[in-house]
Amino acid sequence: MKTRGRIYFIVTTLLILFLSYVLVNGLTLGDYQVKPLSKIVKLGLDLKGGVYVEEEIVDQNVSKDTIERTRDLIELRVNSLGVSEPIVAITGSNRIRVEIPGIYDPKAALEQIGKTGRLRFVGPNNDEIITGKDVKDATVGVDQRTNAPVVQLKLNQEGAKKFAEATQKYLGKQIAIYMDEDLVSAPTVQSVIPDGEAIITGSKNVEEAKRLAGIIKSGALPVKLNPATIRAIGPALGAEAIPTSLKAATIGIALVMLFMLLYYRIPGLIADLALMVYMIITALVFTVVIKATLTLPGIAGLLLSIGMAVDANVLIFERIKEELKLGKSLRTAIDAGFRRAFTSILDSNVTTLIAGFVLFFIGTGAVKGFALTLIIGVLSSMFTAITVTRFLLKSFVNAGWITNSKFYGA
Amino acid sequence: MERMFKIVEKSKIWFTISLIIIIVGMATWLFKGLNLGIDFKGGTVVTIKIGKEFDVVELRKSLEKYDPQIDVREIEGYEVTIRSNKITTEQVNQIFNDVKAKYGLKDDALRSIDTIGPSIGKELRRSAIISTLLATLGILIYTSFRFELWSGLAAIIALVHDLLVTISVYTILQIPVNSSFIAAMLTILGYSINDTIVVFDRIRENRKLGKYHDFETLVDASITQTLARSINTTLTTLFTITAIYIFGVPSIKEFALPLIIGIISGAYSSIFIASPLWVIFEKRQGQRV
Repeated sequence: MKTRGRIYFIVTTLLILFLSYVLVNGLTLGDYQVKPLSKIVKLGLDLKGGVYVEEEIVDQNVSKDTIERTRDLIELRVNSLGVSEPIVAITGSNRIRVEIPGIYDPKAALEQIGKTGRLRFVGPNNDEIITGKDVKDATVGVDQRTNAPVVQLKLNQEGAKKFAEATQKYLGKQIAIYMDEDLVSAPTVQSVIPDGEAIITGSKNVEEAKRLAGIIKSGALPVKLNPATIRAIGPALGAEAIPTSLKAATIGIALVMLFMLLYYRIPGLIADLALMVYMIITALVFTVVIKATLTLPGIAGLLLSIGMAVDANVLIFERIKEELKLGKSLRTAIDAGFRRAFTSILDSNVTTLIAGFVLFFIGTGAVKGFALTLIIGVLSSMFTAITVTRFLLKSFVNAGWITNSKFYGA
Repeated sequence: MERMFKIVEKSKIWFTISLIIIIVGMATWLFKGLNLGIDFKGGTVVTIKIGKEFDVVELRKSLEKYDPQIDVREIEGYEVTIRSNKITTEQVNQIFNDVKAKYGLKDDALRSIDTIGPSIGKELRRSAIISTLLATLGILIYTSFRFELWSGLAAIIALVHDLLVTISVYTILQIPVNSSFIAAMLTILGYSINDTIVVFDRIRENRKLGKYHDFETLVDASITQTLARSINTTLTTLFTITAIYIFGVPSIKEFALPLIIGIISGAYSSIFIASPLWVIFEKRQGQRV
């Protein structure tokens, strides 16, 4: 029994330490590589910087299909900005949430997203010649004479026909090109254009031409949008938030572990090991299973949950102490402690879970993320306290290294 | 003789302490109102890192052309926040360029820009109220089922107490209230009930043992037996959340502060409010131990 207890305890402890090491530092075994968690975790916009926009659909009674099409169109536009991992998602009943990392100018982002994108070529008599619907493709090119960036349009068959007729009709006159209400350029027709190719000059630089081409190509939005929320997070803020949060986490966790060790001694040591298992489970669930995005409120929630995670252990150890004081033997006291603490652990955690689930299903944004942290934290702390702490504590007692019940809180 | 803290006998003192905080808080709410942040009122906040000492009054003067009511404040770390509910996105860019030119800053001096439409606040408030009501109802049903109705009610009152105390601290100190405050309040709702349930669980167990012959000793004994646990769990939770409050960036502090207040209030109410209330309820019913 002694040997078995010792092997169980040592092997489990080494396993916990090894897993923690791998999650923090990663591991390379020949061709096989495990990346450290810090490389896997997805960072929220508040940690890496970028622009966050919530566009509200102004029109009433818009169908679900239309909202989805609007989302797809916005996605096309945002993708044409060429940033990595932008997010375009429908939130609530009439809003579209856009997150663009790496861009810090909300005005440029808004123009890209929110322009209804109605392209019109208008003749001198204010008659509409062609619209965005007649355009097959829009690319960026360079005007051979002026070297200025231009948007090259390739029209579809019908558009080409209309454009050929109009250029003949208005030869030598001006055609105005409008994007929504803005006049983009007003070139004079130099010759009849029969092949369905047109250019739009007037872009200040290549970026602007690219944006315009992106909007034209993605087509007009079927609805009018109004930005309800705009946030821009500068790159420095995130760069500062990560190291300060890490420092806070290290100090906070170290204090919790030290406190448990000093106050509860042997059981405290085991609670610290169980806390490591808790952190391993929570980290894996977050990054690998549900692939959650880490945000600042999320960090606060995780740290809070670490402080709370020892609660079940505290409940158990206090019970063990009481049993020891009644004069019970170490093994009986431990068994009774776990058994009698169970209803407290169950009832207090179920009430917290009820609140967690309500917040998860009704809340939005930060509240939802926080609720998820709460739920995962409660479940995994209950699991580790009941299984890991119990197994380790029993193995340790069986190992027979320290049998004086003083070290267990008597 | 069993060592016991006399909590229930002094109920009036505990209730009075809480009532004073809550009454002062609610009175301030009535007369001065909550300091609502832009998440509720709508508007724009621009945060810029100046990185050296600067004259806030002078900066404010130079920005008044955009909005005569513009609010310019210095915050920790030589940063400035500029608030207004009138400026457009174009003006935001102009303001940043003005500040940049004035202090010779680079593009990375921009910490954050937040613009919130007025409709968001309404929605936030609605979802917060619905969540609170549903969560409270769920907890009430569960605790009534696992314990009995009066325990459930006492636990809910303690919960409302924690929420009110947190709001009170915010109104008295006039700390701006944003969406992170709502999230923190809802978190308090989930966590602080925990403490109360642990004490009630002990009361239920001791009552079954039949060792104590009146409500006062039953509850005092149960509180005393769970006191070490209540204090220790509160401490470990405070360790991590206070660390993030001390070392974290401003936007995470906004989250940590209400949590700290709520956790302390939660520990207090589980000992000094919920259990004494339960005694009052049971006695009113003419129940016996």
